[in-house]
Amino acid sequence: MKLEELRFGTELLKRGFASMQKGGVIMDVVNAEQAKIAEEAGAVAVMSLERVPSDIRKMGGVARMADPEKVIEIIEAVSIPVMGKVRIGHFVEAQVLEVLGVDMIDESEVLTPADEQYHIDKKLFKVPFVCGARDLGEALRRINEGAAMIRTKGEAGTGNVVEAVRHMRNIMGEIRMLKGMDKQEMTDYARDIEAPAELVIECAERGRLPVVNFSAGGIATPSDAAMMMQLGADGVFVGSGIFKSTNPELMAKAIVEAVNHFNEPEVIARVSRGLGDAMPGLDIHTLREDEVLQTRGR
Amino acid sequence: MDVKIGVLALQGNVSEHIDAFVLALDNLGCGSSSDVVTVRHPADLEGCHALALPGGESTTISRLIDKNHLYEPIRNFSGGIFATCAGMVLIATHVDDARINTLNLIDITVDRNAFGRQRESFETDLPIDSLDGGPFHAIFIRAPVVTHAGPGVTVLSRLDQGIVAVEQGKHMALSFHPELGGDTRLHERFLKKNGI
Repeated sequence: MKLEELRFGTELLKRGFASMQKGGVIMDVVNAEQAKIAEEAGAVAVMSLERVPSDIRKMGGVARMADPEKVIEIIEAVSIPVMGKVRIGHFVEAQVLEVLGVDMIDESEVLTPADEQYHIDKKLFKVPFVCGARDLGEALRRINEGAAMIRTKGEAGTGNVVEAVRHMRNIMGEIRMLKGMDKQEMTDYARDIEAPAELVIECAERGRLPVVNFSAGGIATPSDAAMMMQLGADGVFVGSGIFKSTNPELMAKAIVEAVNHFNEPEVIARVSRGLGDAMPGLDIHTLREDEVLQTRGR
Repeated sequence: MDVKIGVLALQGNVSEHIDAFVLALDNLGCGSSSDVVTVRHPADLEGCHALALPGGESTTISRLIDKNHLYEPIRNFSGGIFATCAGMVLIATHVDDARINTLNLIDITVDRNAFGRQRESFETDLPIDSLDGGPFHAIFIRAPVVTHAGPGVTVLSRLDQGIVAVEQGKHMALSFHPELGGDTRLHERFLKKNGI
């Protein structure tokens, strides 16, 4: 087969990759050992990073893309897909992760933004991107820039699911609301939420986002994960929730099972028993304005 | 005849397979007398004439098959199995990863992620043996290939890296994702082979 007959990095391949993650749990890991624990527990992919969000919170300062050495160490440790985070707007960090062979890039508010005006032009890349969103307008702006997957922003590193719930309810609620609108009203609504009208109309027709919609930002227990699934998430990201709990192996396996059986409370009850302590949590209302991550990038 | 198709719904590209089978059954003229259902527990297999093993993460799905006590029920399933991407890994006799508990239903050896990482994923127009209507637009995503096929296996298509489509008895296995392109010819071919 001649090479020119193969097409790489198309929209269909990007969205298709995201679609393969559905019903799965993507776990934050900071080294090869954690990556293996995640894979062994049944994670569909791992997110490679320098520090989990709760430690980024504690450290303060500028949070950047992980050391390539670390990313390579994680890529070599597992056979499942490896994702990596870059700063909002930092297209060169994204170029670097693409060269390293990362399977999906998270343009993430958890890291310190590199551009307060523009997000990365994600259509220029062969690898797919996932981006955070708090509502439908934000989700559709990211999709318009080329994101192949959306996740709720939630409030990362807090172990508090309240913001992820708010963001998932916003997105699902707005899509349900579109159902009662005619085309003119949708066009008007698109202008209000600063999103392209054709994407708003596509959401109304499908009754969902045009790409896979995961949940992230504060998921700390099997019940949290199952709740996000019941609210309409296609899958979940768990950041600090696994490796900041007292028994990461058990917590990882329990969250995978809870997502698989999100509508079966008896299973969630069984897997939640004897897990030890979940990660320490933070009340969102105690955060100073400059400690809130979800307002980065809009 | 009332037809019931099951789609293994533990993780991965489930809803796309359901949509593709609904369309394929419509095209075969049995849309109104058929049902496509999700399979999550052994009891869900009852009454199914065929089963699809969708794409997703094969290590994850293999683990969940064991957890949900589905390994023996799928191995002993009487109908045909339509296995795509991760499904091809699961249905094989041998795979290059000891953590995957293969179903040994098609006599093939499979190499996971044979083309590389996501940046090496590709689309192409693939010629498939005895498929009417020209090449099939195939979507390969971190795809596996067959490196060895036993004597009972019919090879339908191959690329430089290895075999990418096979049939054995009532079963069919594909490296790529026929559920993503909107072309249901392979779903229909599989259904016809199973007398539907």
